[in-house]
Amino acid sequence: MEAKVVKINGPVVVAEGGNFVINEMVRVGNLKLIGEVIGLDDDFATIQVYEETSGMKVGEPVEGTGNLLSVVLGPGMIGSIYDGIQRPLKFVEKLSGGPFIQKGIETFPLNTHKRWKVEFLLEAGDTVNEGQIYAQVKEGAIVHKLMVPCGVNNKKIVERIDKSELTVKDYVYILEDGTKLGMYQTWPVRIPRPVKKRLPESVPLITGQRVIDTFFPIAKGGTAAIPGGFGTGKTMLQHQLAKWADADIIVYIGCGERGNEMTEVLTEFPKLQDPRTGKPLMERTILIANTSNMPVSAREASIYTGITIAEYFRDMGYNVAIMADSTSRWAEALRELSGRLEEIPAEEGYPAYLASRIAQFYERAGYAETLSGKRGSVTVIGAVSPPGGDFSEPVTTHTKRFVRCFWALDRELAYSRHYPAINWNTSYSGFIQDLRAWYGENVDEKFPEYRDKAMSILEEDGKLQSIINIMGEDVLPDSQKLVVRIAKMIKVGILQQNAYSAVDSYCPLKKQFLMLKTVMDFYEKAKEFVEKKVAMSVILKEDIVSKIMRMKEEAKTEEDIMEVYRLVQDHFKSVEEKYRE
Amino acid sequence: MAVKEYTGVKKAFGPLIVLEGVKGAAYDELVEIEANGKKRLGKVITIDKDLVIIQIFEGTAQLSLPNTKVRFTGKPLEVKLSPDMLGRVFDGLGRPRDGLGEVVSSEKRDINGLPINPYSRVYPRNFIQTGISTIDALFTLIRGQKLPIFSGNGLPHNELAVQIARQSTIKEGEFVVVFAAIGLKNSDVRFILSSFEGTGASKNIISFLNLASDPVVERIATPRVALTVAEYFAFDLGYHVLVIMSDITNYCEALRELSNYRGEIPSRKGYPGYMYSDLATIYERAGIIEGKEGSLTQLPILTMPNDDITHPIPDLTGYITEGQIVLSRDLHMRGIYPPINVLSSLSRLMKDGIGEGYTREDHPNVASQLFAAYSRVQEVRSLASIIGEEELTDVDKAYLRFGESFEREFIKQDFSEDRSIEQTLDLAWKMLSYLPEEELTRVSKEQIDKYLKKVK
Repeated sequence: MEAKVVKINGPVVVAEGGNFVINEMVRVGNLKLIGEVIGLDDDFATIQVYEETSGMKVGEPVEGTGNLLSVVLGPGMIGSIYDGIQRPLKFVEKLSGGPFIQKGIETFPLNTHKRWKVEFLLEAGDTVNEGQIYAQVKEGAIVHKLMVPCGVNNKKIVERIDKSELTVKDYVYILEDGTKLGMYQTWPVRIPRPVKKRLPESVPLITGQRVIDTFFPIAKGGTAAIPGGFGTGKTMLQHQLAKWADADIIVYIGCGERGNEMTEVLTEFPKLQDPRTGKPLMERTILIANTSNMPVSAREASIYTGITIAEYFRDMGYNVAIMADSTSRWAEALRELSGRLEEIPAEEGYPAYLASRIAQFYERAGYAETLSGKRGSVTVIGAVSPPGGDFSEPVTTHTKRFVRCFWALDRELAYSRHYPAINWNTSYSGFIQDLRAWYGENVDEKFPEYRDKAMSILEEDGKLQSIINIMGEDVLPDSQKLVVRIAKMIKVGILQQNAYSAVDSYCPLKKQFLMLKTVMDFYEKAKEFVEKKVAMSVILKEDIVSKIMRMKEEAKTEEDIMEVYRLVQDHFKSVEEKYRE
Repeated sequence: MAVKEYTGVKKAFGPLIVLEGVKGAAYDELVEIEANGKKRLGKVITIDKDLVIIQIFEGTAQLSLPNTKVRFTGKPLEVKLSPDMLGRVFDGLGRPRDGLGEVVSSEKRDINGLPINPYSRVYPRNFIQTGISTIDALFTLIRGQKLPIFSGNGLPHNELAVQIARQSTIKEGEFVVVFAAIGLKNSDVRFILSSFEGTGASKNIISFLNLASDPVVERIATPRVALTVAEYFAFDLGYHVLVIMSDITNYCEALRELSNYRGEIPSRKGYPGYMYSDLATIYERAGIIEGKEGSLTQLPILTMPNDDITHPIPDLTGYITEGQIVLSRDLHMRGIYPPINVLSSLSRLMKDGIGEGYTREDHPNVASQLFAAYSRVQEVRSLASIIGEEELTDVDKAYLRFGESFEREFIKQDFSEDRSIEQTLDLAWKMLSYLPEEELTRVSKEQIDKYLKKVK
């Protein structure tokens, strides 16, 4: 019996008849809109439709596809921009006949005309197992590896295709049971792709942002949340991370956010260079854009689409970073759909399963040994947009439970144009101990120690500020005044970083260390002289302090910073000489 | 498509009616309701087998269950489009209100529009000179941007919107203003429309008026009708269009009222959980499109209930729009017009639309320096209020003086005063000259030599 629409309520449609399974992808109505079955009750199927249902009538047909909601994984994804259910927006534009997205558009996610030069890694007679890499093509800045789909084990290759330039629709090998190993595979988005085993995260994802790398670092395979009210710079920070993080692949999910922000990435990234490979940043980036005015249920799906693509590249042995901007919009989509389904709400109208959905998403991050024995990672960085900037709301509090880094953006800092507006008192990183060894071995053995000292100065400054706010700085003894001044040096000279500056937008780790060392050694020396009752104005000589504050911008090389460092040493030598006299 | 007509309604409450035994109704389609010889418009909001719920834009007042006729039109609510709409006044659903007769055109479009493909957008970066120093220097308006004014009751947001619209000069192209009044008071509408009279802008204005006394549910449609017309002028006819929508707060109230009647589960302060998505379908209609000549810039106005910026209406708006201009009651009380709160306002698109080749080479640094200095002023002021001004250091005293002049000379300007960007930036340097030169860390030495000397 053919299924028919019996009820329509926005993106939620009920169909009668048909024989569907949960999470099956279906085609709804005369326009064949894409939908997913989310509930079954006797003969009725509740369907979430990924497009606007205006104009749909009761009695229109619903067709099953027999497949779960899935993504297509193969060469041609890099540099693309997709909507929440992996329709390439470039082709959607063509098929819509213009800039406005029409309904019911069906298009294959990969370019089917492009010919790829394939490097075959196996021959007839070889045996294959799931996850094994059988061929590869060059795509963008990476080598795209084709892997045996899950469930195919211990099968012999009987034939190899007799061409070397293939399109994604071609097969590569034929196995003994007739299975074809193609150029692409599909995977249901709501199911995590398997790995051989999870490994501990012990290598940092280097972002070139001092407040992150130096103070609140994240590991490859780690999870982080960026909560912040509007105007605090969430998107700006996500863009900075997408530009500079040392990942092989970036998946940027614009989930319910502004259209112009995606356009900005599309215009800017092809012009920017990856500092490691020298290739345009777009050649390692995949965009998923389900902007705020696009259908809300596809917004719900976009997060899964993005993370499934990320896992696919991880399985090739790459380090992938996902930026999800914003997970709050995804949670709101859940809430809206839950409301339409007339479920009983928990906090603030959100469904009771909000926490478990957030957990499932972040748990797909990780550092792992893949089925083919390589090492790869998925790092997840999710923006959170708490209503009214209130961090006690459900999405922020639940997210906090499942992430290890919390980079809290602060409205006060943003108002005074302190960017990135990450509040050093309320933020934290759970990776500091795990990464200590790496920083010690790869940057400088004193890095972790300097970092801890700087943090304690910031903390002490926090306490002193509350006194200053009431009585002014003059009431403090010199030793505490010094702490306040050094804290200011850290805040302005190190924590503040100008994303628009060619020099400062990306700060290499070594430079970060040297800057920190300069400030902290300055502090140690200054402390000695304060104890010896030397006047503050002599210790904090104007031009030296100004040099330190400006070194992020003016010191272009490591040598330049060492020069500042030497100036500081000379300065203290002359103070010492004067003091002796 | 055959038009179907039914007589008799099962249930009527608030703005909703329920019909039974309906065949072939389409979701979201437009219906015409006839009762007591008067016509009303409505749309289908839920279909459950043969049961249909309809939302009536004019409300259900004086409706009787058996005598009401309902016609299903088989199409969504549409608006007629024609270049002759320039200078005309319409009601909140796009029907003429000026007695000049119907718009004659075969071009009709669904008021809900369709989402702009992010791939087809052009990133906006062309500066609009509003002639208002604070906006031009610190919150630069960019063609294709959506920049709301967050105001409060009794603050001069209407004046500011009018001044922006009147003075906005763009370097090329003709400029059309689309004005959507959403539940506005009669006096506000009169002020806004009369302010354009006698200026060149009056023939380039298209107005859609839903007044405070007009049906509440109609407010849901008003911004969409206005934006459909605006999109037509921008992307079909190639005009640069500025859309002023006031007051978004009234729109959200209408949305809440309707949601309540529909028995939906509310989220914050009783507003529906989908308010973010709903507002986005309005605000995201701003922009520039590849291959099209025109642009659509939005200047929505909202009054923050109780001046609370964390209230759901300004909050959700701020998450969608590209910045916000926040008005300050404090500055207003001190007689400063326009009372723009410098620290909480923001323009997200200005970074790519200012500086060399756009405004002036020193603009980004000057703006950054003004922000930094003015934010320091706030600290000094709160310190001075505790320890007294005499106890301040000389540098802090200089900041106080800067803050005072900045507010009195830079922010403050006359309702009809139109400053060029050069005048504005020179004035900014004059303000900075009140500070010791060492404090100017965000501008370069060369810029200090070039501009500071000039104003001193």
